[in-house]
Amino acid sequence: MRVTNMSEAIRFHFDVDGENFSSAGEASVMVKKKLRQLGFSPDVMRRVSIAMYEGEINMVIHAHGGTADVIVGEDAIEIILADKGPGIPDINKAMQEGFSTASDNIRALGFGAGMGLPNMKKYTDYMQIDTEIGVGTTITMRVNY
Amino acid sequence: MYEIQSLLHAELLCGEEYLQNEVYSACCSDMMSDVLAYVKDQGVLLTGLINPQVIRTASMMDMICVVFVRDKAPTEEMVELARECGIVVMCSPMRAYEACGHLYYSGLRGNAGDKHV
Repeated sequence: MRVTNMSEAIRFHFDVDGENFSSAGEASVMVKKKLRQLGFSPDVMRRVSIAMYEGEINMVIHAHGGTADVIVGEDAIEIILADKGPGIPDINKAMQEGFSTASDNIRALGFGAGMGLPNMKKYTDYMQIDTEIGVGTTITMRVNY
Repeated sequence: MYEIQSLLHAELLCGEEYLQNEVYSACCSDMMSDVLAYVKDQGVLLTGLINPQVIRTASMMDMICVVFVRDKAPTEEMVELARECGIVVMCSPMRAYEACGHLYYSGLRGNAGDKHV
């Protein structure tokens, strides 16, 4: 984790390892801890960490990992998850609850119920998905506080 | 949570210092995706799934106790992670259905005040 403390914001940067499922979610646990130290309310901590956790798991399952940046701004926390994975062919479909392309292997690990993206949208105040097939996906989310 | 341990004949693996805390609701699932999507304010997670994401999911959802059913044994890494997160971990020989039944019958409900119990 790299922490940059600029005058206007604190930024946490993580490299999300895509090869090792057992470490998936580590960055989100760390972010929750940091937000607690910064004195954020339980509601804000929970929303940020759940949205980021879902995204982090998605990056490991679908995109061989990527990077996660969390920026604590003046009135919002921004989470940027970027990967160089296969991209999302149909965002509308991916946003439907229950739609998943995860393998049975992933389901056996307790994920892949098709709730990740809808859940990320539910817990955040803003979510944008930029995706290109064969190039990668960047998801930007914001939780106001 | 002392009562949970006794009702489920569970072995305590970590979090003894939190056992005196009260919990008011619980949920049971092997799908962490569903826990993340549907759980709201439940303090206890019962599961038969073994991987570090169980502990991380519980931590994300502010849950304070994880009970592994069917004598599933979490790894030392998982117990260590739970210690760091301040989560009580127990291991029960009961099956999930049976464990849930005991807790529900003793007053630990699914979601207090929610009609979708």
